[in-house]
Amino acid sequence: MSEVPVALPVLRKLERFEKEAGMLSWLASVDHKQIGILYLITALIFFIAGGVEALLMRTQLMFPENRFLLPDAYNQIFTMHGTTMIFLVVVPGLLGLMVYLVPLMIGARDMAFPRLNALAYWLYVIGGCLLYFSFFAHDAPAAGWFAYTPLSEKPYSNLQGMDYWALSLLVIGVGTVATGLNVIATVATMRVKGMSLRHLPLFTWMSLINSFLIVAAMPALNAALVMLLIDRQLHGNFFKPAAGGTPIYWQHVFWNFGHPEVYIMVLPAFGIISEVIPVFSRKVIYGYAVVAGSTVAIALLSFGVWAHHMFAVGMGHFLDMIFAASSMLIAVPTGIKIFNWIATMWGGAIRFTTSMWFAVAFLIMFTIGGLSGVMFAVVPIDWQLTDTYFVVAHMHYVLFGGTAFAVFAGIYYWFPKFTGRMLSETLGKWHFWLTFIGLNLTFMVQHNLGILGMPRRVFTYPNIHSWNVLNFISTMGAYVLGISVIVFLWNVIRSRRHGALAGPDPWDAWTLEWATSSPPPVHNFNYVPPVRSARPLWDLKHPENPDWQRGRRTPHHAR
Amino acid sequence: MHASSVLQAHSRLDQPIVHLTIVVTAIMFAILVLVFFLVVYASLRYRRRPGMAEPYQNFGNKKLEITWTVLPFLLLVSIFVLTVITMGDSDPPPTTANGADPSPDLVIIGHQFWWEVRYPKAGFTTANEIHLPAGQRLLTRLEAADVIHDFWVPELGRKMDMIPGTPNELWLLADHPGTFLGTCAEFCGNEHAWMRIRVISQTPQDFADWEQQQAQSPSLPNNPAAERGEQLFRSMSCANCHTIRGVSSADVGPDLTHLASRETLAAGRLENNPVNLEAWLHDPNNFKPQSYMPNANLKPDDLSAMVAYLETLR
Repeated sequence: MSEVPVALPVLRKLERFEKEAGMLSWLASVDHKQIGILYLITALIFFIAGGVEALLMRTQLMFPENRFLLPDAYNQIFTMHGTTMIFLVVVPGLLGLMVYLVPLMIGARDMAFPRLNALAYWLYVIGGCLLYFSFFAHDAPAAGWFAYTPLSEKPYSNLQGMDYWALSLLVIGVGTVATGLNVIATVATMRVKGMSLRHLPLFTWMSLINSFLIVAAMPALNAALVMLLIDRQLHGNFFKPAAGGTPIYWQHVFWNFGHPEVYIMVLPAFGIISEVIPVFSRKVIYGYAVVAGSTVAIALLSFGVWAHHMFAVGMGHFLDMIFAASSMLIAVPTGIKIFNWIATMWGGAIRFTTSMWFAVAFLIMFTIGGLSGVMFAVVPIDWQLTDTYFVVAHMHYVLFGGTAFAVFAGIYYWFPKFTGRMLSETLGKWHFWLTFIGLNLTFMVQHNLGILGMPRRVFTYPNIHSWNVLNFISTMGAYVLGISVIVFLWNVIRSRRHGALAGPDPWDAWTLEWATSSPPPVHNFNYVPPVRSARPLWDLKHPENPDWQRGRRTPHHAR
Repeated sequence: MHASSVLQAHSRLDQPIVHLTIVVTAIMFAILVLVFFLVVYASLRYRRRPGMAEPYQNFGNKKLEITWTVLPFLLLVSIFVLTVITMGDSDPPPTTANGADPSPDLVIIGHQFWWEVRYPKAGFTTANEIHLPAGQRLLTRLEAADVIHDFWVPELGRKMDMIPGTPNELWLLADHPGTFLGTCAEFCGNEHAWMRIRVISQTPQDFADWEQQQAQSPSLPNNPAAERGEQLFRSMSCANCHTIRGVSSADVGPDLTHLASRETLAAGRLENNPVNLEAWLHDPNNFKPQSYMPNANLKPDDLSAMVAYLETLR
């Protein structure tokens, strides 16, 4: 009944198509798996670029009054580092995982709109190239990734860097919205028979909610960018105080996008963790409904917290309090997840693969970033610590210790599916420990720097003993992170050719992507197993104790 | 120079923030320790051992899940109450006793990359250093001349943005005499790093003396080198950007009327002494690259004449 056989002639045709795959097939592909891989490879290339920029910054900050970089070069590099990591690495990297995995997880043949999928990817590539071309035009943007007006306006950013920045993000933003719509349409219409919304794998759940966030939040950024371009190119006055505009307006529109963006960068990571921890703990996710439902709560609340980025602006205590309350509230559904993941590990039989190491470390690293985030919701603390290195530490624990650790967990988990070969566990453990030590060396001490009064976005700093020591430690940590990335690259390159063969289901996992070969054929599935719960392969492997019988045989288990 | 810690208060307005920071940090740390031990315990206790069967599949527990939703919520409610109380204590509204619209005691205007400091009631302007009478709070208006800056002296209280076109106000107070270091905390362009400020709190008598001295115009140069320096200042482009009361009037660069009475040069970049002043004038770019202070290419004897003149501005 639930099996979906593919007609034989179609199958033959598809197999022939697969044989014709060469380099050109990648350029012209509308296959979600090829596009997903392209996203991941492109994001990896930009990750290296953004990483080199980070190392340049840390080298300049290794000593006080260092003369390695001049201020304009430093400001261009930190602006490009932030813009690259957010718009060219984290978001597209997560989109890559989404477009690769979502159709497989719901038993679909491809995305709902395969050509739109390809268009969005190529818009991302074009936008990325546009941004980096600004270096060759001798003026990369230098007003920071949040480009506060009027510093980003013509009189203060005279050359073309800001225009490249705005145009590039517009191009990428349009593509991102397209992919958001595409994922929503895919999950809404392409689910295999039996897969109700309550049976969606949690990664797919989070991808779906993430896509709604993208569709609702990106237009605010696009509008802000258009207004900035009008100001810069057509002598508009949106943000120019001398002509009646208001610079704070930019901050409201930008953060109206910017804070949901933080969750856009973290919800798919939650999704990865919600797949990896159960499989390696050998237990079903603890509180499926709560994990999925709290994500919806986060998504809704994320549109009501943006002005916590602006407590120093002087909005008045009343507005400050409202945004403090909403920002504290959003910590609740996030905290719930941490406890549910720990409860999933509890009583399990945990296999410490590299993927699981990253997932477990995520729990602690993300908690550090989340808790320092709560501190910023406490308005008077924010009045002291905002725009210091404490913020730099906080957001890197969220985005590196959080999202990047989750993505690494996901890469070690799904690389066998992508390529048919396993990543080396030995190199993986080296990669993990170097990343873990490097992250904490680099960013833990930055909390102290912020408390000791060091502002962020400075190209150098006065000779203050405690600052000198902490900055030196931070730079050493950054170099360790640099080495960890080299180990990871070597692992990927080597395992791609020489890794152990994976087979269709190397982790004994439970979601549909493991029900087909590794890598999957162009058409994804020859047949899809019946779906009667969120873990169709568990049901298949454990006919004596399938998930869908829960509540029938043992009605009191769950209570 | 020393670091200015967020955890040290030298102002009654900052004290509540320090207390709140310590309390909240302690709560956050306790939660972190809890999560850390739960994760580490689960990792060690529930490792897979050879021959282990699939564990019991536990789908969840409503009571437990409600517990770890409600407890954090209640904790956050109490933190919120503390937040609101501390906001009022540390940043009281700018009102006067009789309810009239108060006029500021002090106006600080952010420029790329220095601070203009006006004392409207005494009627003079200075730069990069703020003097306060200890124990007396001054209503301070914050403005910006170009881009957004941010006034932040960690040991005296909150930071606040300086926004072109939208003035902000805060109370500035130091409990006792001392020097407190601060910095521009909003990225404002190339020399953001060297836009530093110092607040010098004095006994009321010393402050009154300082105020009286600053309100006077500088005495005329009294030696030939200084006289030549003044001529150079007028004839070269210096006077187009800098004010020296009685000599020039412009606010592109800092007011220099009593330059020699200040502790630092170039917004905290260098200690103020004749040697550093000469080095700064000789090559500003060496100390504050890409700021708006041009290199005047002074010949050696012009340079010493200029230094001699500026040193008379006490």
